[in-house]
Amino acid sequence: MAFDLTVKKRLHYFDLDLSLSCDDGRMLVLIGPSGGGKTTLVRMVAGLTMPDEGRIDFHEESWFDSSRGINLPTRKRRIGYVFQEYTLFPHLNLYDNAAFAAVDRKEVDGLLELFGIAHLRKRKPHLVSGGERQRCALCQAIARRPRMLLLDEPFSALDVVTRRGLREELKALKNNLTFPILYVTHDIGEALFLADEILPIVEGQIDRGWMQRTITRQPATGNPARATREPRLALAY
Amino acid sequence: MDFLSLYVTLKLALVATILLLLIAAPIAYVLAYAHFPGKALFEALIYLPIALPPTVIGFYLILAMGPKGAVGRAWGLLTGGSLLFTFLGIVAASVLYSIPFAVQPIKAAFLKIDPRLLENASVLGLSRFAAFVRVILPNSVGGMAAASILVFLHTIGAFGVLLMVGGSVPGVTKVASIAVYEAVEAMDYRAAGWMSLCFIPISYAFLLLVNRLNGDAKHGV
Repeated sequence: MAFDLTVKKRLHYFDLDLSLSCDDGRMLVLIGPSGGGKTTLVRMVAGLTMPDEGRIDFHEESWFDSSRGINLPTRKRRIGYVFQEYTLFPHLNLYDNAAFAAVDRKEVDGLLELFGIAHLRKRKPHLVSGGERQRCALCQAIARRPRMLLLDEPFSALDVVTRRGLREELKALKNNLTFPILYVTHDIGEALFLADEILPIVEGQIDRGWMQRTITRQPATGNPARATREPRLALAY
Repeated sequence: MDFLSLYVTLKLALVATILLLLIAAPIAYVLAYAHFPGKALFEALIYLPIALPPTVIGFYLILAMGPKGAVGRAWGLLTGGSLLFTFLGIVAASVLYSIPFAVQPIKAAFLKIDPRLLENASVLGLSRFAAFVRVILPNSVGGMAAASILVFLHTIGAFGVLLMVGGSVPGVTKVASIAVYEAVEAMDYRAAGWMSLCFIPISYAFLLLVNRLNGDAKHGV
């Protein structure tokens, strides 16, 4: 596989203990209740959080290996990472944001065009809508020609209509991307729509029965406070 | 009226402000982002000049810059001259005297920057230094401006520390605040009055500017 990961980390409420892999051009969707360790996992892939032990391999390259003391710094992993919100640079307009780390600035205009925000290129981030900001964040991530794309609930702060539009654009875009994509969401509809493979994560572990139990409305955990925060499959989907 | 001392005051304030911005930005960066043992002690040391009488600072500066002090001796070896009673001497004194007023607003501006922006900068391949130049500095313009004005005003207002380190050499170290004091000593109330009057509009205008900058920062513009 292009990307392989096996990590352990002691967290506040549970121990994260996960193993997964993803191939080039595939989208692996991590789903599960909030607070289950999905974001922590993505941050480990990015190098923003360090696992206690384990290894992260990308093709022949080792990004993290606790037994050999390897921890490649974030800036050298050459990844694209779209966060939930608020990561565009407020002092730059949308064009300069998208071109911030672009390998080839000539590509930027095409990307802005592709995501339908070319007419907003001179605007600062606080003068455009949340959906337009996230489109720009996607342009920024792709313009640096990443080796892997991490999307951590990129559309969850948006309204339903914008969210549906964007996930369709993303699905169309995916066919042209040749690297592994990790997508975090707690929205089952979104996961079913986008994923090549779905991996449910509950309290730091892979829990393949979780989707089934969610549909039949059994709580994922015995802890009722956590169970109320679980996503449910919308009957209208 | 003693225009020469007003000129020395403004020149000193300008030079000290520029130097302090260059010195304070890295210190503020360390205080805002670095973690090391003894950081609290270091931070308190930086802010110490606020809490000391200017004459005490001046006294230690005389010891350090004098011919027997470490700084004075090193300076003497390098240039053959003395730091005491020179313009450079009062520049150094002003920098030390005003350093808390430069570091504090810049540090506050750095801390206001969303840490996710810095994470995104490293995801996008920026080194710490590149992130400082391309992300932190451009998003701290308000804090840097506030720091410049505070330092400028604080240097204009300096008296004790400059009198001790610089004496009162006309055209070199005799600043306006010292000129007012000397005019009063000489019972020349007319000269003292005009000089004093000069301070009020300058200082008032700059304070209005500081408040405006702080207000702008609050509204996120």
